[in-house]
Amino acid sequence: ETFAVGNVFSNCSIKELTSKKRDEFEDILEERRLSSDLRYAMKCYTPVIYKGLSPCKPNAIKSVVLQSEQVQYVIKQLAKEMGESPDIIQEEAMEILDEMGHSMQLGTVRFFAFTLSKIFKQLFQRVCVNEEGMQRLQRAIQEHPVVLLPSHRSYVDFLMLSYLLYTYDLALPVIAAGIDFLGMKIVGELLRRAGAFFMRRSFGGNRLYWAVFAEYVKTMLRNGYAPIEFFLEGTRSRTAKTLTPKFGLLSIVMEPFFKREVFDTYLVPISISYERILEESLYAYELLGVPKPKESTSGLLKARRILSDNFGTIHIYVGQPVSLRTLASGRINLCPYNLVPRHLPQKPTEDIQEFVSDVAYKMELLQIENMVLSPWVLVAAVLLQNLPAIDFELLIEKTVWLKGLTQTFGGFIEWPDNLCAKKAVMSGLTLHSNIARLVDGHVVLNDKGIEDGAVGEIVFKRALVILMCSTYRNQLLNVFVRPSLVALALQMTRSFRKEEVYSSFSFLRDIFSDEFIFFPGISLKDFEEGCFLLTKCDAIQTTQQEIYPTDKGSVVVSFLSAMFRPFVEGYQLIFRYLSKETKEAFTEKQFVPGVRNFVFQLLEKGATQCYEALSSDMQKNALAALVQLGAVKKKKIVHRKHTKCCCKSPAMSLC
Amino acid sequence: MAAEAAGSGGGSPASARRRLRIISGHLRGSPRAAGQEALSPSPCKAQGGSAGPAAGSIPKKRQEILKWNGWGYNDSKFIFNKKGQAEFTGKRYRLGGMVLPTFKEWIEKTFGASLEHKTTSRASLNVNDVPPPIVNEEFLQDLRATKISYSQDAEDRVFRAHGHCLHEIFVLREGMFKRIPDVVVWPVCHEDVVKIVELACKHNLCIIPFGGGTSVSSALECPEEEKRTIVSLDTSQMNRILWIDEKNLTACVEAGIIGQDLEKQLSESGFCTGHEPDSMEFSSLGGWVATRASGMKKNIYGNIEDLVIHIKMVTPRGIVEKNCQVPRMSTGPDIHHFIMGSEGTLGVVTEVTIKIRPLPEYQKYGSVVFPNFERGVACLREVAKQRCAPASIRLVDNAQFQFGHALKPQVASIFTSFLDGLKKFYITKFKGFDPNILCVATLLFEGDREKVLQHEKQVYDIATKFGGLAAGEDNGQRGYMLTFVIAYLRDLGLDYYVIGESFETSVPWDRVLDLCRNVKERIVRECKEKGVQFAPFSTCRVTQTYDAGACVYFYFAFNYRGISDPIHVYEEIERAAREEILANGGSLSHHHGVGKLRKRWMKESISDVGLGMLRSVKEYVDPNNIFGNKNLL
Repeated sequence: ETFAVGNVFSNCSIKELTSKKRDEFEDILEERRLSSDLRYAMKCYTPVIYKGLSPCKPNAIKSVVLQSEQVQYVIKQLAKEMGESPDIIQEEAMEILDEMGHSMQLGTVRFFAFTLSKIFKQLFQRVCVNEEGMQRLQRAIQEHPVVLLPSHRSYVDFLMLSYLLYTYDLALPVIAAGIDFLGMKIVGELLRRAGAFFMRRSFGGNRLYWAVFAEYVKTMLRNGYAPIEFFLEGTRSRTAKTLTPKFGLLSIVMEPFFKREVFDTYLVPISISYERILEESLYAYELLGVPKPKESTSGLLKARRILSDNFGTIHIYVGQPVSLRTLASGRINLCPYNLVPRHLPQKPTEDIQEFVSDVAYKMELLQIENMVLSPWVLVAAVLLQNLPAIDFELLIEKTVWLKGLTQTFGGFIEWPDNLCAKKAVMSGLTLHSNIARLVDGHVVLNDKGIEDGAVGEIVFKRALVILMCSTYRNQLLNVFVRPSLVALALQMTRSFRKEEVYSSFSFLRDIFSDEFIFFPGISLKDFEEGCFLLTKCDAIQTTQQEIYPTDKGSVVVSFLSAMFRPFVEGYQLIFRYLSKETKEAFTEKQFVPGVRNFVFQLLEKGATQCYEALSSDMQKNALAALVQLGAVKKKKIVHRKHTKCCCKSPAMSLC
Repeated sequence: MAAEAAGSGGGSPASARRRLRIISGHLRGSPRAAGQEALSPSPCKAQGGSAGPAAGSIPKKRQEILKWNGWGYNDSKFIFNKKGQAEFTGKRYRLGGMVLPTFKEWIEKTFGASLEHKTTSRASLNVNDVPPPIVNEEFLQDLRATKISYSQDAEDRVFRAHGHCLHEIFVLREGMFKRIPDVVVWPVCHEDVVKIVELACKHNLCIIPFGGGTSVSSALECPEEEKRTIVSLDTSQMNRILWIDEKNLTACVEAGIIGQDLEKQLSESGFCTGHEPDSMEFSSLGGWVATRASGMKKNIYGNIEDLVIHIKMVTPRGIVEKNCQVPRMSTGPDIHHFIMGSEGTLGVVTEVTIKIRPLPEYQKYGSVVFPNFERGVACLREVAKQRCAPASIRLVDNAQFQFGHALKPQVASIFTSFLDGLKKFYITKFKGFDPNILCVATLLFEGDREKVLQHEKQVYDIATKFGGLAAGEDNGQRGYMLTFVIAYLRDLGLDYYVIGESFETSVPWDRVLDLCRNVKERIVRECKEKGVQFAPFSTCRVTQTYDAGACVYFYFAFNYRGISDPIHVYEEIERAAREEILANGGSLSHHHGVGKLRKRWMKESISDVGLGMLRSVKEYVDPNNIFGNKNLL
């Protein structure tokens, strides 16, 4: 098999993997702890702006959007089709705009600057930022329209990012937020005034909404009004594992460049890592099927008790701005755009769709690359392989060992220089005392109160704590996934022939395509990278035809496969459920509770130890992978989405 | 060129005639009375070998009055005088003999160039460097038998080996072409051309037609790998007006006539074609047809495809022409459209019947200042929409406006300079225009006096709606003058490490602004990436308006000190700029043509099938590739 490699797209080359240079961090809270928050909130704020900016008030943007050829065209079109007066539809468009539009005000920004200072100081020990990244961002903002693409693990993400830009005197971003925030009294409007604009969760069929929304975003981008910020992942990742990207907004912000309405657009990947995630227990409940509380102001007020808790350090790494022009050079045939007036809505060609998808994956991989991993992440990974308890000294030893391995694989570990391993592990345990604790020289999961209660309750509580703990291990997975899948493939294959190992690897990569982030279409390159990394840590040796584990490599190989075992076992359970327990056809709605019950019963019986299979995230990913592989077919049935299942081989071979 | 109509008298009814008189003033020496002779439709055989052609402005030995290594006339050039001030020499142009006090500073500021860093061209052609001719003795014998004038002189051959692309001029100054024509022939009439083409077919030679030599598409470059004898067929001696038909307002003209001679001779009968490409002093009628030329005043007179009524072309397959001289016909695809733009790949255009018009009674320049380029473009768009474009309307961006200012001659009186100051004050302080953002449209009106004035008012009224302020005739006139003189500037730049070129495109209205901005930005970026030390001069103007779009013209120049291979760098940047144009929905060319310079984009421009259609025409008309200049396809 051969692949065209060497374009700007595929991951960094193997050589780069080992010699990654990263910037230094600065703690921005330090300054805040020393000087007045009020003065900070009232400081002279004169951000640098885009050189081509035509200054414009939020309301003026709305009327520009409404009057734009793009929106007017759709209005006329709809009026004709529905036999309505264009005025009525125009009115509707205006309403959409009013619901959607931000109304950024300096006053509100200052209010946030003040309150967030207070809150952040309370919640976090440090907020660390790579200053060089901020400087690069500052230059980028002046040059071309900028799109900020942060990772999404918490609601804190966008508050923190705006706070950060304010601190560094940069133009505040306008942020794509879910419409659900508007359900929150006052808060919704406050966010609006701080620069949030709101998008409905699904509007695929609504042409007017789509036209207005797309034009709104593009107008802000073209004018260089402010950096545009949105989350490629679409929603907060409940598992701390990067979610597969959504393409809609990304393709909207790329369009002005395709149509050459702007010279270039900068995409800036931003990695925000939390030592302890604010919503960690909420997420665990959600994954187990206890529904997410609706965003409400009273809910927010109730949540204020967390203010007394300690959430450690946040690391924000602002990546190198990526020029869309550079990415597109030589790849995109612009002819389709030249042959249709630019204001007509146009379905992107396959070329373009593929390009958008590649860019989305590339950006997520860049986010992953610069995610900071705390010592606790390593502890969690070790702990989950040594349940129910592990000797404290052994835990330290293994953590240190894993640190070395992680660095070999290119992971970005923040381990304070002079901090001894014992202290690092201890401090992790202290911060996460709700997850694990030290008892008689052994570290155990914090499952106090589990012993008493019904079997079902015990399983549920144990699942909660395991899912919380896995949230931290998960932060390692995308760094480890390539070598680990090679390790798994080696174990599965029971043969050392490269071709066979590769074919197993390739199969695993397909199965887990929604679980982990792989750049599309470079299976072989991923395999080679995995092999390279394993060779580097002396775990395997390769010849022209063969791959075999070395004697001392067995520790690494078994560690890596154990790390991913919950996924293998979890998927097996899910497949088993699909092949044995479901009828010919089922709905998506039935699927998740169905698997959950199935796994739950097995856990109660003690027939499996795979608590992670309870995670609705894993269940959905598995189903999506099966759909992609063609093992399951999705059918739309009038009124209801129906998923039809036909349980067929290749997928089942895992069982 | 448009410079000539005297500034003060721009509005006088005689100005059009004066303009033409000054075009004729470019003539060196007194013209032989050629009119009567030329107006008779006599076949050239009757005139015998020596008495053939009418006296043109450019002699057979072109190098006698034209630069061998640069643009235009030997006596006209920019220099720095003893005081270090810029000056334009010669008496051919209005700018001639004038001192340009602010020009030096402009050059230094714009290019970071310094008068101390000079490069010099070779003083003259070194005949020893010239590749020896590949001669086919049998052909020469046959050629002599026809009595058609020919030459194997090195200077004659080198002069016809190039057009005016930057790299070609650079080669002339510092190197030598690898392949040049082996023989130059000067047919004096259609029949001569027929004979030459027959001989070429008989002896299997390669013919490259040569008209005015003003190509900027590498169209005249000889393919290096051509092993056959290359014959440069110089049409300059086929330059008579064969007849004028006043009833139908057409004239039949031999294709070698150059623009200035055509207009001069027609004016003697009270007519003009109105076709005025910027190169009209030197370019030929046949060249216009072969490249699909466009003239400055196309809004009134049309482009070449609108002007041509009948074409006679000699091809290896025979003569191609229509059987009548009619305004339009429906007889399948118009064969003229295979010929126009064929760039010398199919045959030689020998005679063209072209539309003529009575000389306009009145001509008036004008100009409008806009607060910014965006408003200016919006105004031009509106003018096009209302279909009230004057003979010419052009919009220059701010950089080019400043450039024009730098070419302002020393003012004659304190009063003028006072007036200039007042005007500047009014526009920048009173009206609040930013001198670093504002831009200028130049206008040329032509026709009946009354109608011109009416037309003028209509255009100025539209301009006012877009924030435009009338800025006087003088500014307008200087704008047009620049067009003719700017070509001379490159030679000055070359002396001081500055290289540059112009290129053009056509683009739909809604993309004009984006294209202008992006292409300029791309040039700046590419320069930076390629190690150009000083920011380049990258500027554009909208030069033609149409119903559906506009023609945009770019100038681009940079200081190449510190770069080892400036021509290569230049070409890469130009290529990038062209890519950018295409990505912005612009065309490969509006009127310069494709030549060999832009061939690589032809497929993308007209599709595989389109290219195949052109190829099959070529294969039928010229199966042995006698017209082997390798242009276009």
